[in-house]
Amino acid sequence: MIRLRKLAQASARDMMVLAVVVAVLALVPFGVSRFTLSVAISALIFALAGIGWNVLSGFAGQFSFGHAAYFGLGAYTVAVTLTRYSISPWLGLILGGLVAAVFGLLTGWISFRFGLKGAYFALATFALAEMLRLTFNNFDFVGAGIGITIPLAGGDDWARIQFEDTPSLQYFVILGLVALSTIAVIAITKSRIGSMMLAVREDEDAASALGINPLRAKLIAIAISGFITALAGGFYTQFLLFIDPDLAFGPFVSVLILLRPIIGGVGTIWGPVLGAGILSVLGEVTRSLVREPPSFLQVIEGVNGLDQVLFGLILIVVIIRAPDGVIGWFHRRRQADTA
Amino acid sequence: MRGRLRQAAWAVLAILVAVILTQSTWWDTNQTVFAQALVSGLLIGGVYALVAMGLSLVFGVLDIINFAHGALMTIAIYASYLLFDNYGIDPYVSLLITIPLLFVIGVGIQRFAINPVMDAPIHNQLLLTLGIAIVIENLALVLFTGTPRSIELAYARNEFDLGLFTLDFPIKVFGAVVSLPKLIAFMVALLLGGAIYVLIHRTQLGAAIRAAAQEPEGAEMVGIDVRRIYTITFGIGAACVGAAGALVMPFLFVSPTAGATFNIIAFIVVVLGGMGSIPGAVVGGLVIGLTQEMTQIFVPGSSKLLGVFVIFLAVLLFRPQGLFGKVQR
Amino acid sequence: MNPVLSVRDATKRFGGLTAVNGVTLDLGEGEILGIIGPNGAGKTTLFNIISGAIPPDEGEVIYGGDRIDQLPPHRIAARGLVRTFQVVKPFSGLTVLQNVMVGAFLRRSEHDEAEDHARKMLEFTGLAAQSDRPAKGLTLAARKRLELARALATDPTVLLLDEVLAGLTPTEGAEMVKVVQSIRDGGVSLLVIEHVMAAIMALSDRIAVIHHGELLAIGPPAQIAKDPGVVAAYLGEEFQIAPD
Ligand SMILES: Nc1ncnc2c1ncn2[C@@H]1O[C@H](COP(=O)(O)OP(=O)(O)OP(=O)(O)O)[C@@H](O)[C@H]1O
Ligand SMILES: [Mg+2]
Repeated sequence: MIRLRKLAQASARDMMVLAVVVAVLALVPFGVSRFTLSVAISALIFALAGIGWNVLSGFAGQFSFGHAAYFGLGAYTVAVTLTRYSISPWLGLILGGLVAAVFGLLTGWISFRFGLKGAYFALATFALAEMLRLTFNNFDFVGAGIGITIPLAGGDDWARIQFEDTPSLQYFVILGLVALSTIAVIAITKSRIGSMMLAVREDEDAASALGINPLRAKLIAIAISGFITALAGGFYTQFLLFIDPDLAFGPFVSVLILLRPIIGGVGTIWGPVLGAGILSVLGEVTRSLVREPPSFLQVIEGVNGLDQVLFGLILIVVIIRAPDGVIGWFHRRRQADTA
Repeated sequence: MRGRLRQAAWAVLAILVAVILTQSTWWDTNQTVFAQALVSGLLIGGVYALVAMGLSLVFGVLDIINFAHGALMTIAIYASYLLFDNYGIDPYVSLLITIPLLFVIGVGIQRFAINPVMDAPIHNQLLLTLGIAIVIENLALVLFTGTPRSIELAYARNEFDLGLFTLDFPIKVFGAVVSLPKLIAFMVALLLGGAIYVLIHRTQLGAAIRAAAQEPEGAEMVGIDVRRIYTITFGIGAACVGAAGALVMPFLFVSPTAGATFNIIAFIVVVLGGMGSIPGAVVGGLVIGLTQEMTQIFVPGSSKLLGVFVIFLAVLLFRPQGLFGKVQR
Repeated sequence: MNPVLSVRDATKRFGGLTAVNGVTLDLGEGEILGIIGPNGAGKTTLFNIISGAIPPDEGEVIYGGDRIDQLPPHRIAARGLVRTFQVVKPFSGLTVLQNVMVGAFLRRSEHDEAEDHARKMLEFTGLAAQSDRPAKGLTLAARKRLELARALATDPTVLLLDEVLAGLTPTEGAEMVKVVQSIRDGGVSLLVIEHVMAAIMALSDRIAVIHHGELLAIGPPAQIAKDPGVVAAYLGEEFQIAPD
């Protein structure tokens, strides 16, 4: 309790921003369609996954290209514990987080011990996620390639995080998870362990000369990171009421996860959430543009893949024009103005 | 390190032989399957080698994880397909068009998209190439829809009179089928691989590329325009898939994601063979080709790629510089 | 004299080159021991051995009564033996304050305590005005101070300084010398590598001369300046021993 109060004092500004952001986001479900609500929910799911990614890759500087591994482990833990052992997804979320954290610790220990860095670490994480995908594809216990369908609870069921009558409740649950994870991240940035992660990201030799064990810092980062991303995956299962190896572990899932913080700002507290917001708005705009184009663009109506082309082009422009994300771009603009 | 590696290789070989001998009934019943896996693995491995060579150059020289490599191959596949479909140009003749076409596209991409972010952190470069891949693949989807297409080469099923003997395609070796297009792809791929080796190791341009790869600052100092070398290198890398795309088109389903499947395999081959090493790409390509076919025999029901990824992780951990790479650090 | 740090017969080879060859020396409590020697003599390599960055091929390093030569650098630093780098290694993406807080966190777990301590170190090294600047944009002099402030923030018992004066103007150098002296007055024992002769002669209680990886001479500054072997070594290398 005292720690919490202290944290609130030490990071008054971040906490205030958090309060405002949560308050604004809490207004979203009012007066929007069911479809828009589900877009918002999935934006928050990937924001949460991105918050996890950002801990390992943004703060500790170990670029992961396979966060689908943690996402998928979380997703499957919830699905399996619920359908096989009737364990509430609330507990399933925590268990999934722990499974992912342990997986991260084991694979991280091996990778970091052997000195994997940069592109090689990224490729190793990619390979691990792919191996999980291929393994789950042939693993009958988890439904193999067919996947797992979550039975409908019917009505609003808090114990099973299913809200058929009031879908906005599901939105508030994921918003709560995002808020909690953000508090955790703020706490990390204000803590010794956060300082260790940043030091290791910037220069491992200098960090160890100051008494930091780089392996330890990276392992703590990977465990926290895996845990948070797994929460997102577990929630995803409850959102789709279905999971299969591609949705859980597919390479595109890893990309979806890391895009958010990179667009928003790598290694910043708000990057993942901001990036998720921008990308979902962008995605919806391009999608609806193709679905119902203005009259002079009638030819593009319903053309398959066009929205993705637009998306890719925007991505390319953003990377070239704002290489350190939207937040970094703002910072540079402000510095240029004051200078 | 060397010794340990050799020991491991012998151990694997011994186990393989033992398995085959003790399970002679297994051998009897599976001889054809085994031979087929061997042949298919080697043949496709040759193509992997060519694709990986292009990637290896880009990875080794520019230090960029190029996720657009497979998408570039898709362009070549479609180009070759359209030339055949519209003008009846033979796929192997279309090489003369796809290779320069992809070179030019590669040069353009490096010039206008990648050079501006050469100094950015790796995730930016990776995302940029990913964005390029998304655009290319979906543009293909827009233009040609997702329907897979394929062609039939009339002469692939004919007899060939070679004077001394006639070849009747498809040939059979130990009961394994060797199709003509795959055989041609294999041979042309290795031939082109040899040409690239000569280019890199025996020409002045090659010397400049190698200098830019090892010591960019030093190369700059002796008057090499490193940016230009990067551009040319990316062009050559793209030209490799320009060739590979035309070579695989006759035996592949042509679709927007046809090239993408080669992308990740090529990465694995590059890491296995050693970044920037051309002989490494060849050996790595063959090994990976064989591994993926053998996985299915020894671990029935599993994905081809599982064994490939196991090898990949083992290499990353125990020999990150790859089979032919120099030890760094 | 009771040594806090002892190096015994330390040897390190790089391929055919013996960078450090059987060096033995003691650092007394509260002492400033200067280390001089021509370029490539093996001074930095000796620091690398002591700080655990490179384990020695032979010999041992004893600190606080224990052998530390097989420990990883972070364990050695955690025991209070901390080094700076000749080629400074600031955490470029962090602010000056964040840089120093990394050091402060070694002995403090609370954010506020660490921040207070880091600010004191910035005050002490004259960097307070730059606290919130990104480390990337600092001048060389400021980066050298930052390197020092960060190491100091760990509350070391022994501090190894690798050419903290190099590249500084005479005024900046003089300020730095004062800082180093007051560090010693705070009870820290120091091993100081330096090329600027005037400064190292004035600063050190004793001086060790390293040449071709070997310890050529060790003793009080006045004695070292007269040592014919030392003078010959420097002349042989065409090296300025006169104050510049
Ligand atoms: N990691 C290494 N690998 C190979 N050789 C090295 C390594 N580190 C140092 N050397 C070599 O060992 C010798 C001693 O280098 P060292 O950096 O210790 O010298 P120094 O006395 O600090 O010189 P300077 O005054 O220029 O800083 C040099 O010849 C150097 O090239
Ligand atoms: Mg030195």
